[in-house]
Amino acid sequence: MELLDNLALGFGVAFTFQNLIYCFIGCLLGTLIGILPGIGPVATIAMLLPATYALPPVAALIMLAGIYYGAQYGGSTTAILVNLPGESSSVVTVIDGYQMARKGRAGPALAAAGIGSFFAGCVGTIILAAFAPPLTEVAFKFGPAEYFSLMTLGLIGAVVLASGSLLKAIAMIVLGLLFGMVGTDVNSGVARYSFDIPELTDGIDFVVIAMGVFGYGEIIANLSKPEDEREVFTAKVTGLMPTAEDFKRMFPAMLRGTALGSALGILPGGGAMLSAFAAYTIEKKTKLKPGEVPFGQGNIRGVCAPESANNAGSQTSFIPLLTLGIPPNAVMALMVGAMTIHNIQPGPQVMTSNPELFWGLIASMWLGNLMLIILNLPLIGVWIKLLTVPYRWLFPAIVLFCAIGVYGTKNSEFDVWMVGIFGFVGYVFHKLGTEPAPLLLGFILGPMMEENLRRALLLSRGDWSVFVTRPISASFLALAVILLIIVLLPAVKNRREEAFVED
Amino acid sequence: MKIKSQKDFFAGLMFLVIGVAFAIGAIDYNIGTGARMGPGYFPLILGVLMSILGIAIGAKGLIVETADGDKIGKWAWKQVFFILAANFAFGILLVGVPALGIPQFGLIVAIYGLVFIASMGGYTFNAKEVAVLATCLAVGSYVAFVWALNLQFPVWPSFITG
Repeated sequence: MELLDNLALGFGVAFTFQNLIYCFIGCLLGTLIGILPGIGPVATIAMLLPATYALPPVAALIMLAGIYYGAQYGGSTTAILVNLPGESSSVVTVIDGYQMARKGRAGPALAAAGIGSFFAGCVGTIILAAFAPPLTEVAFKFGPAEYFSLMTLGLIGAVVLASGSLLKAIAMIVLGLLFGMVGTDVNSGVARYSFDIPELTDGIDFVVIAMGVFGYGEIIANLSKPEDEREVFTAKVTGLMPTAEDFKRMFPAMLRGTALGSALGILPGGGAMLSAFAAYTIEKKTKLKPGEVPFGQGNIRGVCAPESANNAGSQTSFIPLLTLGIPPNAVMALMVGAMTIHNIQPGPQVMTSNPELFWGLIASMWLGNLMLIILNLPLIGVWIKLLTVPYRWLFPAIVLFCAIGVYGTKNSEFDVWMVGIFGFVGYVFHKLGTEPAPLLLGFILGPMMEENLRRALLLSRGDWSVFVTRPISASFLALAVILLIIVLLPAVKNRREEAFVED
Repeated sequence: MKIKSQKDFFAGLMFLVIGVAFAIGAIDYNIGTGARMGPGYFPLILGVLMSILGIAIGAKGLIVETADGDKIGKWAWKQVFFILAANFAFGILLVGVPALGIPQFGLIVAIYGLVFIASMGGYTFNAKEVAVLATCLAVGSYVAFVWALNLQFPVWPSFITG
């Protein structure tokens, strides 16, 4: 079995003492920051990115993956205990999780989230390992025209499935693409939009945009809201184990959540958040068994299904990144940036040229999930303490970590000025109701899109019809158009707005 | 004409201005042809696309009725000022600005500066508490970034270490 050989190679890499430690540190740091409300996974990863610079590439990616899961996982703890989603993918966990906590069942709620996540993580990892090689084969057949169309589809898909105004989201993508144009053009050597500032000829660093817009922008927005009264269940969480009956109810929900999450995670713009929403909606549609608590009042299925789904989704969203080199969401866009820092060009060639890295990363995903369940359930007391840390202590620390991180990236004070500017830009976006995640995607994909467009048109001697005469490229574009049309249909449009209303 | 959604109208305006600016900038570079794209080709397309999207969003803000006018609301200038000032102060204190005669104060002083200024943007400000927080963060950052991760920072003021 090739799959087993590959996984064996991966576990060989991941099971070294050094990589296990980095995986552990990643999970720990990720949980630590993820548990704090108001800091999403994007800001968490951006903040902790500098901590991985000094590491070898495999260890760095393993640690980042750990941070991502940890952040994801920490968010659900916050959701259940404080009634505040630690990040957007646990928005629905809040509904039933917090109600369970109020009824003194915080323990089983946390355990349901943990077990569901772990199960989904295992399945997601296997799917990733099984589907990555054949997809890579396909990706090698793609020419520049196919890549350009695929990226267009990816970007359109990302905004179609995301929340908020469609037009604004597309505009944000284009803005991201334009920011990606800043810097020296690789073909002509012309420094574009650099205003004769030497630092700008290298382009804008993605860390600067991520931390400015997601870090500072969010802090300013949070601080401008009136101080909220947080009700934290600091009382001892007793009895972690769900009852036999809980298990019976959880199990089918877990399976449904995992299946849905795995499928949605692969789609561009899918990933964790959409999966969680969809899973909860489906659970709500199923019939309640006699004696079961209704949804919204502390049903364990309402915790387990979305948590399984978001973990499966965050797992499988690595598939497009690792096989095609195309990030499906903002978190994966950050991973692209991280890989480039370590001189790895994400794409189908990673698997063949860097098999240790590829399979090591996949194996460490499973290990990371295992560590999280070990880390989280027994240590729940520690995490609860952390939740009582007031925001007035947290936000100066976050500002500090962003500033240190930005400076540490290139030891350049120019980036510190830039992150300040982007912090303001991020706040403007917030005020104007424009979602910043598509911007980051566009920014990462900008140079790649331009290069593929250039090559495609060069090969076709300037004939734009190449994008519709090549069958694979044409079907990608057709799919993108169909997606747009579907979303603009009035019936779907209303449903879409409804589905994200709890945002 | 009445603005029906402030957020949409001004977002559209912002996108339009940025799109036009980038498009004008692109004309300065060699545009080239499809087969031989110059550095201005792709930015020009994007700039034009962005302007069109901006007009569409702005128009939507003027035409489509919203329940509450979709107001932008008050700007939190105080928070904007202190958070950004904290960031800029950190940069200035960390490496100094030779042109203005500001010496390099290094990481530790910069951390105190950042934490104090940032905290002024919060709901309450308690100097003693902030001092404790800054000290913890300074020690923690030193251990984590300088000692453990070995990142290259100027740690102490240049006039002390020479």
